[in-house]
Amino acid sequence: MAEAAESPGDPGTTSPRPLFAGLSDISISQDIPIEGEITIPVRSRSRESDSSTLNESVRNTIMRDLKAVGKKFMHVLYPRKSNTLLRDWDLWGPLILCVTLALMLQRGSVDGEKDGGPQFAEVFVIVWFGAVTITLNSKLLGGNISFFQSLCVLGYCILPLTVAMLVCRLVLLADPGPVNFMVRLFVVIVMFVWSIVASTAFLADSQPPNRKALAVYPVFLFYFVISWMILTFTPQ
Amino acid sequence: MATTAAPVGSARNGAGPEWGGFEENIQGGGSAVIDMENMDDTSGSSFEDMGELHQRLREEEVDADAAAVEEEDGEFLGMKGFKGQLSRQVADQMWQAGKRQASRAFSLYANIDILRPYFDVEPAQVRSRLLESMIPIKMVNFPQKIAGELYGPLMLVFTLVAILLHGMKTSDTIIREGTLMGTAIGTCFGYWLGVSSFIYFLAYLCNAQITMLQMLALLGYGLFGHCIVLFITYNIHLHALFYLFWLLVGGLSTLRMVAVLVSRTVGPTQRLLLCGTLAALHMLFLLYLHFAYHKVVEGILDTLEGPNIPPMQRVPRDVPAGIPAARLPTTVLNATAKALAVTVQSH
Repeated sequence: MAEAAESPGDPGTTSPRPLFAGLSDISISQDIPIEGEITIPVRSRSRESDSSTLNESVRNTIMRDLKAVGKKFMHVLYPRKSNTLLRDWDLWGPLILCVTLALMLQRGSVDGEKDGGPQFAEVFVIVWFGAVTITLNSKLLGGNISFFQSLCVLGYCILPLTVAMLVCRLVLLADPGPVNFMVRLFVVIVMFVWSIVASTAFLADSQPPNRKALAVYPVFLFYFVISWMILTFTPQ
Repeated sequence: MATTAAPVGSARNGAGPEWGGFEENIQGGGSAVIDMENMDDTSGSSFEDMGELHQRLREEEVDADAAAVEEEDGEFLGMKGFKGQLSRQVADQMWQAGKRQASRAFSLYANIDILRPYFDVEPAQVRSRLLESMIPIKMVNFPQKIAGELYGPLMLVFTLVAILLHGMKTSDTIIREGTLMGTAIGTCFGYWLGVSSFIYFLAYLCNAQITMLQMLALLGYGLFGHCIVLFITYNIHLHALFYLFWLLVGGLSTLRMVAVLVSRTVGPTQRLLLCGTLAALHMLFLLYLHFAYHKVVEGILDTLEGPNIPPMQRVPRDVPAGIPAARLPTTVLNATAKALAVTVQSH
């Protein structure tokens, strides 16, 4: 109480306080930055780093973000039980992956016969609303993971399926036939299992131990739908 | 500044004894204690300005020039003397109260914790309920217990969506107005929510003892039979097999739902109305799901085995010249197209 009154007038005498200390009784979370730590940063330190990153060149900023995204890609490709994806979550990686997948799944023709294929908007909506639904489900089951952390993990674990999409497109350049289909089926199944293992490695710890299966099943359905869209994709 | 900052600070936390009563009145939303005539616009201390002032004050708490900013604010807002201070405090109180009310409303309505009790299940419970949904219970004199949870039904609806997508893809269904995914989701969720609401309305008319949540759960678990049947018959395309499964598995899950409803309804007419409607809708839905997204090739074979096509339809009309056989499966599912395809194939 008294500190709140004193700090505007006496900035030098009081120690720096965390930004949200006075809001402990309010349940709205405001001003959470899109990238950064979930733990509340000490104000003075982040203020200095903010002012220093504001003056750096654009190239530095982009390279730093790209390196962070690349580091998380490596964590997904070699899934171990680590906290990196959860601690420093960001949504750039999922966005890049989702846009890449949706662009590759788009059909070229508009008035063709087979216009039942997924268009860009459909894939986008499926990925993001599917991830939101799974996050809500895991929170309702009693998980202690935050909303954006879960979105981050589910988005990054689409990486193996995006790789499968690239491989499928390359394989489809060859002659169509049963061998072609078997190769694609094998690749998609392997990447599907990889996605599930990766996301389980990150998400499993946040669930109560006896309900892990309940939280993993919708993840299984989500990646199954995406794998099915990839497998049944045929270019024009 | 220090003297005015102290009551402002205590009002900010709302724990000061002198402002406690004032707070309650503001939160009640009814009568305002403070005379609002003191707040005139010329002083500049409007509601929005107070909000911006608070934002600025909080952000520059540990900054060296916070005091200078406050002095600038004071000059900008043109407050002089006690009248300005009082109106500023009043606006501050209004801001605090408004924010508290908004956060309370937000945490009340946008809180997903409302749904939390319906997801409080264990995997063993879900498994046992799935199996029980296929076993009709004969005891109809005593209201049977329905588990009021939403996890199982929701997951079953999503599983049905996934199975439907699989079926639509293997049958090369073309959706002209819309998308495959949208159609699948719309069909499954529409059935679950729509038929549940309709049967709940009928139950209200028939004085059945069932709540909306229980109806949603009952119908959701009844979709387990649909999932099994469709999963098997989308992969093995035998009509006899489908009819057998439709009667057996679909019939079992329908009987279970009917038994539960009968045990909760009094009176033969009401029971007949309610259970007849539910049974009809449930069985017909399975029939619809199978045949609407069926392989077109099977459909063509079916019409070959069917009754004789009248001679009038043997005249090919509107058939594009030289239609290749490979493009036949991609035509839209309707009777005319099938008949035309049959006539072309028979040449």
